[in-house]
Amino acid sequence: MLNYDIVVIGGGPAGMAAALKARECGVESILILERAETLGGILEQCIHTGFGLHYFGEELSGPEYADRFIKLVNEKEIEYKTDTMALEITQDNVVYAVNKEDGLLEIQAKAVILAMGCRERPRGALNIAGSRCSGIMTAGTAQKYVNIDGYMPGKKVVILGSGDIGLIMARRMTLEGAEVKTVCELMPYSSGLTRNIVQCLNDFNIPLRLSCTVIDIHGKDRVEGVTIANVDENRKPIKGTEEYIECDTLLLSVGLIPENELTRAVGIELDPVTNGAVVNEFRETSHKGVFACGNVLHVHDLVDYVTLESQTAGEGAARYVLGKSEDPEYITAKGVNGVRYIVPQKINIRNDGDVKLYFRVGEVYKNAKTVVKYNGEEIISKKRPRLAPGEMENVVIKNEMLKKFSEGGKLEISVEV
Amino acid sequence: MQKNIICVACPMGCGITVELSDNGDILSVTGNTCKRGDAYARTECTHPVRSLATTVKVSGGVHNVVPCKSAGAIPKEKIFDCMKKISEVEVKAPVTLGDVLVENILGTGIDIVATNHCPKE
Repeated sequence: MLNYDIVVIGGGPAGMAAALKARECGVESILILERAETLGGILEQCIHTGFGLHYFGEELSGPEYADRFIKLVNEKEIEYKTDTMALEITQDNVVYAVNKEDGLLEIQAKAVILAMGCRERPRGALNIAGSRCSGIMTAGTAQKYVNIDGYMPGKKVVILGSGDIGLIMARRMTLEGAEVKTVCELMPYSSGLTRNIVQCLNDFNIPLRLSCTVIDIHGKDRVEGVTIANVDENRKPIKGTEEYIECDTLLLSVGLIPENELTRAVGIELDPVTNGAVVNEFRETSHKGVFACGNVLHVHDLVDYVTLESQTAGEGAARYVLGKSEDPEYITAKGVNGVRYIVPQKINIRNDGDVKLYFRVGEVYKNAKTVVKYNGEEIISKKRPRLAPGEMENVVIKNEMLKKFSEGGKLEISVEV
Repeated sequence: MQKNIICVACPMGCGITVELSDNGDILSVTGNTCKRGDAYARTECTHPVRSLATTVKVSGGVHNVVPCKSAGAIPKEKIFDCMKKISEVEVKAPVTLGDVLVENILGTGIDIVATNHCPKE
């Protein structure tokens, strides 16, 4: 059996930032396990720019953002194994993993950091009627074909879902000579960032149809077309609005799901809204010594926030390994009235620092307020000119405030219009 | 003439209307809620620019292509010409992040640089 202080599962931006921070906090023995051939995670195929504006103050492409962390991992001589798949975590924090060189690995860890990221919702999760022909894939799959493998998966494209990957791929396919006929979004608003709608769709005159979905897929061997229709406020197709669009490719950009199979198998408590673990302010899960960060915890819109959150988890894991973590006295944090979720879901009031809460709203609001209440009493109120589901919000609970709370207290964040 | 723009300076996404004279001078900018919106709208109407990210063909590398970007913003109307030019280029592995793959593309003064490494196969 191998022994490490910290085993990090996943070598993307979350895993690398967590490992680097843990090393900075004084943990020597760290191993990163990565399923792909190289470190970097999904950033390797996100060749567009816009990464790093917050964290580095410059606009980088995905591979460039990843490269900065890969360089540091190498420089700090943090061990990693690529082409290695983590299979299981046991109750005692033994990690089983497999690769071609070592075969089955059995690794005893003091702390484990979950940084497996997320995956895209596939067609099977949508129940679209129609034939099972080729040419239907997630936007991220198409992104890999074009940006890593160097070939085009189609010429006439319809995109279902206006998540950021779908918008980015609308532009990418257009630049490479494909005709993107339309982007259909079921909801009355896009979940993508405004700048992506402007620069990826408007720039190329690609129509974005809101409250619209694909109701049928036509074609035998290959997609030949799709039928789209407008939907009502209950998201049901409206009769008489059906329209046939000829295409050879249907890309799906309909949401991301944190990849929590390992988490679930070891019995860690999950949040039904985020589909990620329930964590405290250091991103420790309900399983002692197991931490989670990045898109496996909750889906982020910016990698910069993944990096920051993962540093917090790395620090938490280091404190745990070095025996510096306090015995907890928890209060809970919950989103109500328009706020879908908050991460972290619980806060140790004996923590000696400030705590930043990240949250997401359920719909678009203009000129609203976000209000933080402790046991029903308003403690923070922030005016927000615009709130949208696609843009994560945050609020800082100062340590002096935390010190006034008592165990079992309830923190709530809501939207007030 | 009127031009309608959605501002991307911040997540607000204000709808901005710019009044232009016949020879393209800006007469007024309305609908923005801050100074940055005004500046963005003026640039968008006079000389819109975009940064370009795409891939370049590689021979003898671990992948068929290596990602690249324009080292600075390129006039928006030249984006497709730049894509055509880049599609004609093939580089030999190994490629290192930061390598200049196309110098001064179409006389814009902007280089196309690699944004990842592509080691030899």
